[in-house]
Amino acid sequence: MFKWFGKVNYTPYTKVSDFAQYLKDGYFMGSRCKKCGATSFPPRADCEQCMSGDFEFFEVSGRGRVHTFTKIVAAPTGFEDVAPYIVGVIDLEEGGKALAWFGDSIEEGDIEIGMEVQIVPQIFEELEEIKVYYSIERLGTTWSKVSSAH
Amino acid sequence: MTRVGIVGVGHGVFGRRSDATVQELAFEAFRDALEDAAIDRDVIDASVIGSVPEYHKQRSLAGVIQEYLGLVPKPTWLTEVACASGSAAMRTAWMSIKAGVHDIVAVIGCQKMTELSTAEILALMGRVGEVQWESGFGTTFPGYYAMFAKRHMHEYGTTREQLLDVAVKNHFYGAKNPYALFRKEITREKAMESEEVATPFQVYDCCANADGAACVILASEERAKEISTKPVWLDGIGCATATMSVLRRPSLVGLPSAEKAAAVAYEMAGVGPEDVRVADVHDCFTIAEIMAYEDLGFCKKGEGGPFVAERQTYIGGKVAVNVDGGLKAKGHPIGATGVSMTYEIAKQLRGEAGERQVPDVDVGLTHNVGGIGQYCFVQVMKRD
Ligand SMILES: [Zn+2]
Repeated sequence: MFKWFGKVNYTPYTKVSDFAQYLKDGYFMGSRCKKCGATSFPPRADCEQCMSGDFEFFEVSGRGRVHTFTKIVAAPTGFEDVAPYIVGVIDLEEGGKALAWFGDSIEEGDIEIGMEVQIVPQIFEELEEIKVYYSIERLGTTWSKVSSAH
Repeated sequence: MTRVGIVGVGHGVFGRRSDATVQELAFEAFRDALEDAAIDRDVIDASVIGSVPEYHKQRSLAGVIQEYLGLVPKPTWLTEVACASGSAAMRTAWMSIKAGVHDIVAVIGCQKMTELSTAEILALMGRVGEVQWESGFGTTFPGYYAMFAKRHMHEYGTTREQLLDVAVKNHFYGAKNPYALFRKEITREKAMESEEVATPFQVYDCCANADGAACVILASEERAKEISTKPVWLDGIGCATATMSVLRRPSLVGLPSAEKAAAVAYEMAGVGPEDVRVADVHDCFTIAEIMAYEDLGFCKKGEGGPFVAERQTYIGGKVAVNVDGGLKAKGHPIGATGVSMTYEIAKQLRGEAGERQVPDVDVGLTHNVGGIGQYCFVQVMKRD
């Protein structure tokens, strides 16, 4: 079900496809090597450290700081209808980086490099097919389905 | 092992070349290089083609080029590492001579980019990054470099004006290059009026797609001395990679692949950045040239902005950079670019660059980046 991930998905098949199922359920997950314990976000099936293929998902807090960002005006195919959009790279608290759109909880003018933010699972509500992603939101923002589950 | 010499260089006009197929573009540059070397094509042992296949309707490009150049049945092969494909062709040709497999090899960088429709270009643009975790958010080529620019501005105080100083300089020299796509000077003010692409970039921060070809003929030391009275020596050729995903890079203020490739090339050639008087660097976006100054050691990390603002990269400054107009003004037919850079530096070292000639050059350098720094090739070139 990795085809659920992203407004446009180019990689429907992957060993970490459960990531999209977790995201749909409101969980933001990284991967952890069962052999050596090395963690990764974005998740990967095969350990970069010890090369073991035995991994498990673990929940990442999603908290982090803005490393950099840009407002993309000239959009590629499949994104014309949402342009312009602001893309950011986030340094995650538990290590690793995530790339995502800034969501509704943050005004464009308030975005600053270094600011604390929260990655939040999202569903494209307006689409009939299942499409999930995550967005960059104000610290403390929770997804409604997440908050009730916790 | 033998040294490798450049004995002939050729170049075609870059731009919207609706008059020619890709093999016809390759032929222009090849014929020009043969004339420059004053050799017959029969002495060529093999060709290496640098190009990015997805822009062409013709699949397996090396074959059609080899046929059109009249080089059949000599060996040929294609190299692809995005915008550094031409330098990868240089490197594999250089390797084949170093290894003693071939004595004389023609390297042809070529690309037709304007045959695709806007829709096809936009679709390709959407897959420039790592497609599993990044492209689903609509990332673009300018978008990635814009994020480098934002971070560089944040960490080092690099300014919008300094970014545009790169564009102004490269258009200043591009206006003097007969092969360039844009042959007119621009001002910062004009650049600031151009359309927004990805903040902080506007149109004038970005290089333009183009069609074009360039050719370099390489020879073993022995053959180079027979053929040429003034061979240019390819004494250092470094190549390194960085992660495809920007999410797996520790910082976004430079290209680690460029630093590593430069270190290898300098060591092989026995020179340092202070010896380089002229360089062609990969200015696909304005920030990319500023980061190149720093990654190559022309200035300290973070000082690339003031370095261009103080005109240190104009002729007469510490190191003349992109005095052929760079990708910015010359145009960026992606497979041709690395070979075009080699052409320019060879001409400079031979003292044949006309009104753009940098005085007293013994050592020149090329810096060709693939993608968002996933690949980088640095060449150090010398004259006797
Ligand atoms: Zn492991």
